[in-house]
Amino acid sequence: MTARDSEKLLKKAAGKPTRYGFESTATDKALAPSMKRSYMHYALAILGCITLMAGLELVTLLYTAHQPIYAAVTMVLLAITTYIYVSPRLYAYRYVVPGVMGVLIFIVFPMLYTLGISFTNYSSRHLLAQPRAAEVLLQKSTAGDASLDLKLYAVGSQYRLQFSDDNGSSFVSKPVDLPLGNDVDHDLNRSIHAGPVSVILQPTPKSAPLTGEPLPLKELIKRQAGLKQVVAVLPDGTELRQSSFTRFAQTKPAYRANRDGTLTDNADGSLIKPNPNSGYYEHADGKPLEPGFRSFVGFQNYFRIFTDPAFHEPFLRIFSWTVTFAGLNTLLTFAIGIVLAVLLNWEALRFRGVYRMMLFLPYAIPAFISIPVFKGLFNENLGEINMVIEMFFGTRPSWFSDPVLAKSMVLIVNTWLAYPYMMILCMGLIKAIPDELYEASALVGAGPLTNFFSITLPLILRPMAPLLIASFAFNFNNLTLITLLTGGSPDFLDTQVPAGATDLLVSYTYRIAFQDSGQNYALACAISSIVFLIVAALAVINLRLFKVNSQHA
Amino acid sequence: MPVVIKKSNRWRVLCGHIGLIAFIALTVLPLLMIISISLRPGNFAGGSLIPHHISFEHWKLALGMSYQDADGNLVKPPFPVLLWIWNSMKVALLSAVISLTLSITSAYAFARMRFKGKTLMLNGLLLLQMFPSVLALIAIYALFDRIGEYVPWLGVDSHWSLALAYTGGVAQHIWLIKGYFDSVPYELEEAARVDGATPFQAFVYVLLPMAVPILVVVFVLAFLGGMIEYPVASVLLHDEQKLTLAIGSRLFLFNQRYLWGDFAATAILAGIPLTAIFLFTQRWLVSGLTAGSVKG
Repeated sequence: MTARDSEKLLKKAAGKPTRYGFESTATDKALAPSMKRSYMHYALAILGCITLMAGLELVTLLYTAHQPIYAAVTMVLLAITTYIYVSPRLYAYRYVVPGVMGVLIFIVFPMLYTLGISFTNYSSRHLLAQPRAAEVLLQKSTAGDASLDLKLYAVGSQYRLQFSDDNGSSFVSKPVDLPLGNDVDHDLNRSIHAGPVSVILQPTPKSAPLTGEPLPLKELIKRQAGLKQVVAVLPDGTELRQSSFTRFAQTKPAYRANRDGTLTDNADGSLIKPNPNSGYYEHADGKPLEPGFRSFVGFQNYFRIFTDPAFHEPFLRIFSWTVTFAGLNTLLTFAIGIVLAVLLNWEALRFRGVYRMMLFLPYAIPAFISIPVFKGLFNENLGEINMVIEMFFGTRPSWFSDPVLAKSMVLIVNTWLAYPYMMILCMGLIKAIPDELYEASALVGAGPLTNFFSITLPLILRPMAPLLIASFAFNFNNLTLITLLTGGSPDFLDTQVPAGATDLLVSYTYRIAFQDSGQNYALACAISSIVFLIVAALAVINLRLFKVNSQHA
Repeated sequence: MPVVIKKSNRWRVLCGHIGLIAFIALTVLPLLMIISISLRPGNFAGGSLIPHHISFEHWKLALGMSYQDADGNLVKPPFPVLLWIWNSMKVALLSAVISLTLSITSAYAFARMRFKGKTLMLNGLLLLQMFPSVLALIAIYALFDRIGEYVPWLGVDSHWSLALAYTGGVAQHIWLIKGYFDSVPYELEEAARVDGATPFQAFVYVLLPMAVPILVVVFVLAFLGGMIEYPVASVLLHDEQKLTLAIGSRLFLFNQRYLWGDFAATAILAGIPLTAIFLFTQRWLVSGLTAGSVKG
């Protein structure tokens, strides 16, 4: 440190600005003229150009996808980045950019996006953007008067469509392609974009029927995917669409678009307006039309969590269990970990290496394997654990349906998973405690318990504090454990939303978003945002403790 | 440690051994059971720890081979386990490469250079690494769902999007690598710079070769993280052919179709290499974690 300081002073005395902001700049003058550009520099420059071009491509893509705000933000970021890589003054930042961009894109942006969704009504009922919802409504049609029977005739690999109406007049098309498949793509978005195929019909005189036999119904059903896309146009311009397997009917669009973004109902001419508060297109009397669209609803989701008893009540229950779970787990694993660490640091004990390895094993096994193993072992009817318990006590505890037992099982399993981590941390910290302290206490004649409570524990606690908080935060959000072990069950019977006795806040949001039929993404995001606040508080405390520690070290 | 050795010490040592062995027996028992289950015939639990009758049917299925059961029926593997392992490896390797590439130069700048906002950024990274990606699950899903409408290979059910979603470990990696760079003496790079190397050349040709161990460790950690991740994968992947092992192995244990033995064999097959890698790298992992909190 002193060497650097004196160097700094020297630089100040020389009055030279630091080039590159590099810590040692004394050599810069020497190297500047002889600086050689290697192949690597050119390769990196080319890489940079490619990245820039990809970035610009992304901007155009975002713009064409009607995301002007994202396009603008990306453009600004690109501009800043380019400036950093071009300006010699910002040399140090060239190194920082990839990592910081990574953090911004992969950590910060998803967090902001979560926060953003929490202010909308995004859910399975309000899945589409408003223009898309309008498109879906405009695609809806009502049946008209004309209705004709369909027959298919194969012509090589193509088909001719023949229609006949009840009056006996008949129409036929030119040969067309009809792809196989039972139904149109279920994906709503894609079926909108796959364009309909117009087929012009010509009247056929009854005296000259088509050659060959019409295809049997079975073959016709096989070609539904193609037929659904067919719009048959009669000579008088009437458009026909499929109404049943063998019938085509005249159809009229149910709604038409107006210039101001509203729709008009073709049946009665009434006006339909989008209502951003409810997220639906609505008739004047408030009758909503499916599908709904995504819209901004302000703090509505947060109000629901804190005031609506249906959400408020399970939220509080789950919150208190989450805190209890995370706290108890941190305590239990720390208690077991420190005792084991003390034992493993005891020089009188032999085979410590083997013990250490065996004790560490639970942590090394991937959780996605060990948690289902426990799930099987705890199985109420088939599990090995209940077999042993029945052998000794004659009962079969219902680990998955009794709330208290389920909670204890979750605690047991997670303690098994996490104690080695605490053990390893404690071992490292105990090694750092000076031996003189124990020697002094031995001279006084203190026993191992006194040593533990007066020397080891107090000295370990301070450096452990940030790690304990990190462990608390980790367990607070231990989604993997809950989804793989209990899935949150046993479920509360007295709540409307799906929630269970072992649900943590994260698993609760997971269920609301991905398992409940309503798929209320927005509500789940609101809960996630609340958890963000809690984690942020923990992180700040952690940073404080960390600072205190590093000052002492 | 104790200077005066008392008579009671021998008893204490014995008690220590007994306590440790009992504790280890308790913790290792589930592992022994799973081995035993994988060797038992049939998919129902029950029976003693040492199976009376050893059968390799579950192992054959886990390795993608069929076998003939007692009635002469050909039993086919229920799930493409090897494909899942391959998928997991693909995603984990991809995400490890991306996140390591993104972290290296930043770690260098944070360790060796001075610039405005350095402390702020470092603290920011430390704070951000506390936020787990599970909290942004819905955003991750919604984002990739929407991206997929325009760029299908980067949508839901794509390994690329999963690999990118795993890149959030960058903040932690920067800190780990920076910690190592801090411990490497600066003199060699300085010598290189006296000889006319640019900072970038000094970094690539002098510092990086010395930092290979930490790069390997961070790479392996990122790789393992990708191999064992469950929540994000469960949201992004649905197609059975695309699943990673972590989410695929869950399909064995539905209540209607409880393939306990097949699961056990798969779990061991996948678990042994992962566990071995982890045991091998844990020393560096833990020292990195404690270094982060103790030394700063």
